[in-house]
Amino acid sequence: MSAISRDEVARVAALARLSVPPEELDKLAEQLDSIVEAVRVVSEAAGGDVPATSHPIPLVNVFRADEVRPSLSVDQALLAAPAREADQFKVPQILGEEP
Amino acid sequence: MSPTDLTRLSAAEAATLLQDGQISSVELTQAHLDRIEAVDPAVHAFLKTMPDRALEEAKAADAARAAGDDLSPLAGVPIAIKDVLATEGLVTTCGSKILENWVPAYDATVVRKVRAARLPILGKTNMDEFAMGSSTEHSAYGPTHNPWDLDRIPGGSGGGSAAAVAAFEAPLALGSDTGGSIRQPAAVTGSVGVKPTYGGVSRFGLVAMASSLDQVGPVARTVLDTALLHELIGGHDPMDQTSLTDPVPPVVAAARQGLAGDIGHLRVGIVKELGGKGFQPGVLARFREALDLLQQLGATVEEVSCPALKYSLGAYYLIMPSEASSNLARFDAMRYGLRLAPEDGPATVETVMGATRWAGFGDEVKRRIILGTYALSAGYYDAYYGSAQKVRTLIQRDFEAAFNRVDVLVSPTAPTTAFKLGEKLDDPLAMYLGDITTIPANLAGIPGISVPGGLAEDGLPVGIQFLAPARADAFLYQAGGALEAALVERWGGPLLDQAPALPGGGQEGGEAA
Amino acid sequence: MSGDITLARFDDVLEHFDPVMGIEVHVELNTRTKMFCGCATTFGAPPNTQVCPVCIGLPGSMPAVNQKAVESAIRLGLALHCRIAERCTFARKNYFYPDLSKNYQISQYEDPIDQDGYLDVELEDGTIFRVEIERAHMEEDAAKNTHVGGATGRIQGADYTLVDYNRGGMPLIEIVTKPITGAGARAPEVARAYVAALREVVLALGISDARMEQGSLRADVNLSLRPKAADAAAQAKVPFGKRSETKNVNSLRAIERAVRYEIRRQGALLAAGQLVTQETRHWHEDSEETSPGRSKEQAEDYRYFPEPDLLPIEPDRAWVEELRAALPEMPAVKRARLKAEWGFTDREMLAAVNAGAVDLIEATVAAGAGPAGARKWWLGELARVANEREVDLVDLPVTPVDVAQVEALIGAGRITDKLARQVLAGVMAGEGTPEQVVAARGLEVVSDDAALLEAVDAALAAQPDVAEAIKAGRVQAAGAIVGAVMKATRGQADAARVRELILQRVGA
Repeated sequence: MSAISRDEVARVAALARLSVPPEELDKLAEQLDSIVEAVRVVSEAAGGDVPATSHPIPLVNVFRADEVRPSLSVDQALLAAPAREADQFKVPQILGEEP
Repeated sequence: MSPTDLTRLSAAEAATLLQDGQISSVELTQAHLDRIEAVDPAVHAFLKTMPDRALEEAKAADAARAAGDDLSPLAGVPIAIKDVLATEGLVTTCGSKILENWVPAYDATVVRKVRAARLPILGKTNMDEFAMGSSTEHSAYGPTHNPWDLDRIPGGSGGGSAAAVAAFEAPLALGSDTGGSIRQPAAVTGSVGVKPTYGGVSRFGLVAMASSLDQVGPVARTVLDTALLHELIGGHDPMDQTSLTDPVPPVVAAARQGLAGDIGHLRVGIVKELGGKGFQPGVLARFREALDLLQQLGATVEEVSCPALKYSLGAYYLIMPSEASSNLARFDAMRYGLRLAPEDGPATVETVMGATRWAGFGDEVKRRIILGTYALSAGYYDAYYGSAQKVRTLIQRDFEAAFNRVDVLVSPTAPTTAFKLGEKLDDPLAMYLGDITTIPANLAGIPGISVPGGLAEDGLPVGIQFLAPARADAFLYQAGGALEAALVERWGGPLLDQAPALPGGGQEGGEAA
Repeated sequence: MSGDITLARFDDVLEHFDPVMGIEVHVELNTRTKMFCGCATTFGAPPNTQVCPVCIGLPGSMPAVNQKAVESAIRLGLALHCRIAERCTFARKNYFYPDLSKNYQISQYEDPIDQDGYLDVELEDGTIFRVEIERAHMEEDAAKNTHVGGATGRIQGADYTLVDYNRGGMPLIEIVTKPITGAGARAPEVARAYVAALREVVLALGISDARMEQGSLRADVNLSLRPKAADAAAQAKVPFGKRSETKNVNSLRAIERAVRYEIRRQGALLAAGQLVTQETRHWHEDSEETSPGRSKEQAEDYRYFPEPDLLPIEPDRAWVEELRAALPEMPAVKRARLKAEWGFTDREMLAAVNAGAVDLIEATVAAGAGPAGARKWWLGELARVANEREVDLVDLPVTPVDVAQVEALIGAGRITDKLARQVLAGVMAGEGTPEQVVAARGLEVVSDDAALLEAVDAALAAQPDVAEAIKAGRVQAAGAIVGAVMKATRGQADAARVRELILQRVGA
């Protein structure tokens, strides 16, 4: 039995903003399940006392001085914009609230 | 010197001829552009070439030399750049439809350094989409073919860069290595590739797959050439705060030392977990041969064990997709790249993002995004991402213990030689398993090199991988250089001289050089 | 809108319920550059002129932490009595929204830079209320969306949206309180006073312009109600109710109103046996009510994980101590000190605070005036004028130096209190310094004895019977002569001196 359900894939795909066609969900669930099954070993490998490594080389405290650098020109900034208006990025209507 | 001869020069040799005024950068660049035109229809190493711009850069390099400017050692030597690095004014696709027409407004730091050093840029090389893959078959623009056998994969994700140097289309190339994307293509194409210590080279402008694993590195046909390029691109970059503040290690000197056969009392460790089951006999045969040679040169060889490596594949395939799912969120049709309306229903921000991302990303990318989103989502983080980060610590500890006993570790770069195009496309897990030898270095942040080890029973190249402690990149070049010199002497010439002629490539092969 | 909701009476709700608040304040720092890139931060620049590959999230770009922003965060933490983390990290908060160029916000999650502090807040009656601070962390601001088309100009019904990334990546510190309990009916006042006090701290540190109307200080207020218990100990055991989070509360007044509104709205729901929905609501300044945000299809799942592109920060302890030593005096501490120094009563100090006169009095004292005198003018005559003109004291066209000079003139006996009012009026009319006004208007007290004696003699001569009476020992009769002299000198004489001269003259 698949541990990752079709609904779970749909939920995750929505979080990842991927409009998965319904007919693809089962195949994705199956593939994901086999991968997750293969990687599951990690959860038994490391006990609670092992610290996590988020950065491979342990550096700290690297800062940037608060000095202004030149910005892009408006045209450079909007160079690749799919749509623009009044020197701004034009995007479709937003239905959802700001999180 | 004939154009064919020019393309067969190593970067170091070409640089010497340029310095001596025996050839011009324009000639050298033109010869490579001609070679690309001739053989790339079959190889497809390049997504895009910039002949006019490259020749202008070559001309400028020649002019600077004529004016007596203080030039970089590689000035005038052309280079190919993996399409994952941002190049101002040049389309950068990352092998993805979603960035089909993206023209960056800035240069990656390494590209800026390459330009400043006056290396003409020949073009952008093919890759698996967003560097996700081991075969370049996941490029949205079609696969690259292995110059040794056009029906086979050139490795990935940097198959384009590796194939470009192996097919003599460029003497140098830049790659990126997240789980082996420089080293594995080098292995299966008979070229040399290096993943520097994490942070040794700036990542600024490298379109990120997994930020804590990604590293930019050099690709070439010889150890010395990779060292020269490494020295050029390495060093701290204020734009990448994870880049090391240490000076670039003396990699060129180390390479020369190795090439001269000097490896001192190098202590070499064989990683027990990176061999044996699942490894092709011909690969293991070349590997043992390499060990013999190293011993003849004065190295001591011993076996070391890194038990946590059995978890590395699992850790990698959690950390990588998790970070990738976040890094790839920006491809949302709002500021750049593809924008598609949904097939039905209203076009809102949500539906446009969802439709564009579904249509614009390939299957492997979507698979990893969903896997990564899943691994980070509420309730799963600790079991997956959290555990994977702990495994990372265990792997680092294992390596640390190993490096207390030896200077470098050695293994085959990949368990097998190049497989056939299409062979593993429908079996993602089988494809992932091929990364077993390369990913531990990325998880631990340590440097690795792949040098040609000869041909397996199937007549295809085998790569030998060295790993060194973090910041000790110089060891790689010393060991790699020594092995290369010994093998080239045994073969009577570079391995690539044995590669078959390419369609459109005219007379070539070992005799031509 | 929520027009269909009948609100409960505030007092009725408080009779049965205990309000619990949580306040999140975002402060935009006034660093020269953004949080993670070198773009300038000038307010009001034309759209997308302060952007770069980093803050518009171009592929391949990487963040780089602004040291000044870290310093500001540490200083704020110290001022709020927080523990400065030994080690703190950045994390990615993942969600898709077009004002977020990378579709994740770089923030801090598990280990914020400032942890577990408090801020003592002075209420209007002088009561001190301690608000516990859970954390303060660094993050980047989102870009500005402008919704175009549709009838309202609001997000609903707009045809499309324009995005300006100038604000994207601006450095923010988010200060989060622990649940604020025990405020009872004073919850609205506490909320307002807390944000006002926090704003004062931020301004004293000089780390932000803290202009609520420009959005450089923004407050979100969480509010829930729980059944009221018999006493504090029992109350502490009552679990919290479902809360609403009210956003877009952009003035101190609005904070107070929004809390009051939510107490009445939730109170009505609970009284009617309905449930409060855990949701985000928006405050509407015009109608003075909150309305629910669009309900989310699924719970938020931000998938936080450590930001791999940024290194951890382990603030050097020597640096932290250096910053601590250099902190300016906090406004509340300063007020307590000044109150003691000036010898003000609670009432007097509170009046000075409420009138916004503390800094003015301090400056006036610094210019040489006595505290009592300074207070008298700023809270008396000048407060009256400010009230009349409907302006703040600080905006009156008179300076602390002017007031100190007026006090000096009085002290030197050159003008009287009565004259001083005319002098101040002259200063505020733009006639120059107090000295200049005195000279120009001829307001100086007549202190020339010869001139006064002349007037005294004239008055005595005009009223010989009074002179006789004084001579006979009826000293109080001198008042009539004093009055006459004052009249003759148009009030510019010192009455006490006149009296002395009269007694001297009649030889009494």
